[in-house]
Amino acid sequence: MSEQKVITLQHLKIGQHARVVSISQKCHGLERRRFIDLGILPGTIIVAEMRSPSGDLTAYLIRGSVIAFRSEQTRFINISIL
Amino acid sequence: MNKTDDILRKASKLHEQIDDEFHDQLAESLYADATRIADRAVSYTGEKPRFDFDRSLDRIVTSRIWGFPLMLLLFTLVFWLTVEGANYPSAMLAFVFIDTIHPVLHSWANTIGMTWWVSGLLIDGLYLATAWVISVMLPPMAIFFPMFTLLEDFGYLPRVAFNLDNIFKKAGAHGKQSLSMMMGFGCNAAGIIATRIIDSPRERLIAIITNNFALCNGRWPTQILIATLFIGALVPPFWAGIISALSVVGIALFGIVLSLLVSWGLSNSILKGEASTFSLELPSYRPPRFWQTIYTSLIDRTLIVLWRAIVFAAPAGMVIWLIANITIGEISIAEYMVHFLNPIGWLIGLNGVILVAYIVAIPANEIIIPTVLMLMVLTVKNAGGMGSGAGVMFEGSENEMMTMFSMGDWTLLTAVNLMLFSLLHNPCSTAIYTIYKETGSIKWTAISTFLPIIMGFVICFMVAFIWRLVA
Amino acid sequence: MTVNTAVPKMYGRCEDCGIYNMANLKKLGINMDKWDYMIALAGNPNTGKSTVFNALTGLRQHTGNWPGKTVTRAEGGFIYNRRGYKLVDLPGTYSLMATSLDEEVARNFVLFAKPDVTVIVVDSTRLERNLNLVLQILEITDRAVVCLNLMDEAKRKQIIVDERRLARDLGVPVIPTSARYNQGIPELLEAVHDVATGRVVCRPHRVKSISAKVDNIIKPLITQIKSAFPNLPNARWVALRLLDGDMSIMNAIRDDGLGELNHAPAFNLAVA
Ligand SMILES: Nc1nc2c(ncn2[C@@H]2O[C@H](COP(=O)(O)OP(=O)(O)OP(=O)(O)O)[C@@H](O)[C@H]2O)c(=O)[nH]1
Ligand SMILES: [Mg+2]
Repeated sequence: MSEQKVITLQHLKIGQHARVVSISQKCHGLERRRFIDLGILPGTIIVAEMRSPSGDLTAYLIRGSVIAFRSEQTRFINISIL
Repeated sequence: MNKTDDILRKASKLHEQIDDEFHDQLAESLYADATRIADRAVSYTGEKPRFDFDRSLDRIVTSRIWGFPLMLLLFTLVFWLTVEGANYPSAMLAFVFIDTIHPVLHSWANTIGMTWWVSGLLIDGLYLATAWVISVMLPPMAIFFPMFTLLEDFGYLPRVAFNLDNIFKKAGAHGKQSLSMMMGFGCNAAGIIATRIIDSPRERLIAIITNNFALCNGRWPTQILIATLFIGALVPPFWAGIISALSVVGIALFGIVLSLLVSWGLSNSILKGEASTFSLELPSYRPPRFWQTIYTSLIDRTLIVLWRAIVFAAPAGMVIWLIANITIGEISIAEYMVHFLNPIGWLIGLNGVILVAYIVAIPANEIIIPTVLMLMVLTVKNAGGMGSGAGVMFEGSENEMMTMFSMGDWTLLTAVNLMLFSLLHNPCSTAIYTIYKETGSIKWTAISTFLPIIMGFVICFMVAFIWRLVA
Repeated sequence: MTVNTAVPKMYGRCEDCGIYNMANLKKLGINMDKWDYMIALAGNPNTGKSTVFNALTGLRQHTGNWPGKTVTRAEGGFIYNRRGYKLVDLPGTYSLMATSLDEEVARNFVLFAKPDVTVIVVDSTRLERNLNLVLQILEITDRAVVCLNLMDEAKRKQIIVDERRLARDLGVPVIPTSARYNQGIPELLEAVHDVATGRVVCRPHRVKSISAKVDNIIKPLITQIKSAFPNLPNARWVALRLLDGDMSIMNAIRDDGLGELNHAPAFNLAVA
């Protein structure tokens, strides 16, 4: 169960749960900081909640709050599906 | 030489030795403690309910099929209620302030033997302009602001931002620009301050420059009145309300489209760049406290905006009276101006009266309609014999207003272009001042000021040109 | 600052009853020219800071259900127990490692304006997320009160928060409130008063793992900062931020931190 294969957050389907494995080293500076300030750290549980009508923005449940990101950001977050 | 520089140098040397991991570790230790403390303090009384209201509602509100139609429906509903609801109270206020109190003031001035020009300046200038502003502006604002605040308190606005993000991204704008734009529907100055939630300077500037395309509250009374008189009148009475509302929604949507186009233009020219990343939190829906919301939005928003309009309208009323009554030869200054501007007005499908009104109302464009109406009496006074002197408002029922407009050669084109021009002209003085304060730059303030007015001239000209070709 | 001699806290007195407290509160709106204590309202976005502000000052600062409603700081005042309080409403922020302009306003204020008490308004339905910021603020100041707001929502969502436990773990007073319905406001006032006057002394939680890891690296930097800016309340935090590459904080210090706070921040227009 625990040794799932690692994918990026943008591929998480609506309704699926995942655990954060890491934030890619390609994501640094302000952008990385914003993820971390929002509580996205290794071990954090993330649930994909809904997608915007145009499909670009996805809202995730992260530590009790629903927060939306664009897909070009979520590709930096490595997760394993639960 | 400088202690601060010393510290900075040492800090950046140390900073080079560490990497992103340092921040990660710092944050991880904080969150580790936060999690531990929270776990100890929080417990749940029952099973989590299976039905989650927020998520279910969100699925509908942001759905591929329903997201956009629902948004349009809601905003149309808000406008429609405003148009329909404002009608009667506006007429009531006009009856009280203009039909009843105004003559009383005049006879009182006569009994105490007030000089004609003093009573003219005060009663026909200052008082009437103020009275018109109140009766035209108060009812629509008193209906719109509470409804908008209820939506805001419920938590709907971030969902709109969520739905619209892709469009803004394609325009090279920030995803939160839709939030500042929505604040702009209330008041552009507030919308411009709200752009502070945008952390990239480039995109914040775009949001500031384009905020004026969000049709602010000061401009709706114009839209609503003209739409009701000219566009609502084209259809059977039963449909008049909804058609007028739809045409106002149409103008507001056109404003949104323009703000996107201009954003796109800016981010491909003087403000080049990619849309930066962002995060948007969607808070829980919170049932608003109905009466409390209505009360505070009346007091805080409606009355504040109304007060500002009155402050500008009172002196403007006196100016109008003066230019209408100071004559050079046989003709008043106002008439000179109107005649002078008539050709330009014609070119862009408007007329001299409207342009003079815009000049008089430069400090606060929300008083444009009262100004137009006051000037109208003057330009058509020979034909109608209404009113009791130059620059004096006639008794204002809708029918009389319509007679007045048609005597002034107003057509459907004039109405449509007035609605367009009211959307597309320079920001009001408060907004300009706010832009300057927020950007600290004369250049950007000037661009934000002149871009819309130039666009207004161009678009009105094109509409008039094509209209005349076709009609 | 005038600190009262520590009066031992007695219970069962008239002063501890909510009705008495509210009678002792005089909302001053914005009519403030002198005050004994300055109180800052900080916290995550959309947790009810402006609602608490309005409840205490009688002002009507705009509130709205979306993060980012307040972007500038607002000030107001009240008198409580014959003491003048100035209250400052700040924009919400997820952390003190600021990124956007509104967040910077909040960070600079807590860091440089040295409020006598920082009231941290938290969303009791999302405690873990909110505690992240609480802990960061407690790194900077040891005069804080946690306002556990939105208790009505927590109840609706069947969440129970043990505020005593929380207060013990955080080392500062924790007051449950439902600011929108004015519940808990008297107790909040009392706690603010206690901390401001020194009747209650906080022993805030400090994150230990931070110190162990980085103290060695930053020790020289801290010394240097301390000697350059002796008035800075927490040189260690500043050093940490600098080490983290947040150089903007240095500009803020250079302006005494307040220069920037007094004007509307004009941002850098060197784009394009
Ligand atoms: N149910 C409930 N709602 C509350 C309570 N306190 C505040 N609210 C609502 O929560 C929303 C946010 O409140 P604000 O006071 O604007 O929050 P804020 O912390 O100032 O938000 P920012 O300025 O964006 O950081 C508003 O719609 C309030 O009416 C409460 O105790 N219970
Ligand atoms: Mg606020």
